[in-house]
Amino acid sequence: MASILSTDSENIMQPKNKLSSILEWGTLVGSTILVCFFLLVILWEIFSKGSSVITWEFIRSLPTEGMTKGGILTPIIGTVMLTLLTALFSIPFGVCCAIYLNEYAESNWLTRLIRASIRNLSGVPSIIYGLFGLALFVQGLQLGTSLLAAGLTLGLLSLPYIITTTEEALLRIPNSTREAALAVGATKFETIKDIVLPSSMSGILTGVVLTLSRAAGETAPILFTGAAFYINQTSVSVNQEFMALPYHLYMLSTQHQSIDEVRPIAYGTALVLVIVVFLMNLTAFYIRYTYRQHEK
Amino acid sequence: MKNKLSAENLRISFGTKDVLKDINVSFREHEITALIGPSGCGKSTLLRSFNRMHDLSADAKITGTIKLDDTDIYGNDMHATEIRKRIGMVFQKANPFAKSIYENITYGLKINNLPHSKDIVEKALREAFLWEEVKDDLKMPATRLSGGQQQRLCIARAVALRPEVILMDEPCSALDPVSTLKIEELISSLKDRYTIVIVTHNMQQAQRIADKTIFMYLGEVKEEGPTTSLFEDPKHELTSNYINGQFG
Repeated sequence: MASILSTDSENIMQPKNKLSSILEWGTLVGSTILVCFFLLVILWEIFSKGSSVITWEFIRSLPTEGMTKGGILTPIIGTVMLTLLTALFSIPFGVCCAIYLNEYAESNWLTRLIRASIRNLSGVPSIIYGLFGLALFVQGLQLGTSLLAAGLTLGLLSLPYIITTTEEALLRIPNSTREAALAVGATKFETIKDIVLPSSMSGILTGVVLTLSRAAGETAPILFTGAAFYINQTSVSVNQEFMALPYHLYMLSTQHQSIDEVRPIAYGTALVLVIVVFLMNLTAFYIRYTYRQHEK
Repeated sequence: MKNKLSAENLRISFGTKDVLKDINVSFREHEITALIGPSGCGKSTLLRSFNRMHDLSADAKITGTIKLDDTDIYGNDMHATEIRKRIGMVFQKANPFAKSIYENITYGLKINNLPHSKDIVEKALREAFLWEEVKDDLKMPATRLSGGQQQRLCIARAVALRPEVILMDEPCSALDPVSTLKIEELISSLKDRYTIVIVTHNMQQAQRIADKTIFMYLGEVKEEGPTTSLFEDPKHELTSNYINGQFG
């Protein structure tokens, strides 16, 4: 009797299981295809309309005639300088903070509060950072709208990401590795400097590069703090305003008086920006790959 | 032979948990002493107190004295790094640095400002029975070695500093029988120069290599004595039950 019942229930269950497993599989694959589809459409749109504009001339010449002609050298230089400044402000503090939190800080309510605050900061909309940068750096510290103020603002924006990714990289190093160094007479600082940091370098660098590539594409934080509409020269100075690729794109596509005329340049700028971010991500991938090879 | 290392009235607790209760043990120079006992009896805790590894746990509370010769290793003027230079340690799972074989040996020497010539590296690797296998690959990352080789490298790393005592925390528990025998042979060969304290779960291992065995249970030393007499004629019922495999 019992065996008949169980056969029955299996017969009933079988088609239902099959149907639901197809549904489950279909939902997952469908979602993946949908996401990839939109990504491809965006990339296709940018590539098809932007690739014809991009020439060596476009990359290396200044915008001319009210940005309706010429290239995008000024925003490229601006974005590169801005990213370097961001790196300078965020990497040392971010990495040191993560080392403190993961290696030195006791696990108490204060540490947990600090960690939770950092996680929350990474969720704050970037325009808020822009407003904060305007209040603190531009007006409070009298830096004016400048490359320095924008770099500091983006540095602040990047800090939570760098701290979080660095801490995750440090967390992956097993304690037995630290004990190995301590057991041969290393101090805690020597252990971190000589053993823990080199072992977690691939994770830290990957996080840093990805964070910087995100910062390089930000528009909102630099809107109030230093990005300029149009600069007709390439000289850069930290106390001057600058042009940046994302802002240049925003401006060409929404603020310019002859939008139709500059549309190709806007697509060219978008393509260059996508390529810059893509190359940075590729760098992150490469760093991780080479370190993994080295660690084997 | 004189006592090299000894603990008097040693008590260790973590938070509210008493892990070691009034331990009095001593280890004679150039002998191998095995610490045995069921999991959680405190043998690893005792071992790690000898090179001050508990310094890192904020909630560890240690009272009593531990002496290396006549030096109180928890004395006010003693630096943990100095103690760890004199008392080396080999861990349960081989933990070579993510560096080359050569650098694994020289790292400890460098940070202690000791000479680190190629001869010294060779001597340490020979002492750990590893030289012949790695002499042509000294630049190779240590993580590419086999498990047994990695553990021998960790022993070489410890002996390179010329410590007086070497602590071993179940050094063979992650290894296959062949590698285990090789390491046991190595440990036996080291006792002419070092005093060795080894934690083991393997009764046969204790009998093969240890001169003296200490049986611990629930944070106390239940019985200690020369290995042969402890295994052949245990005084305590718990000891006899444990070594006969009735609990573990």
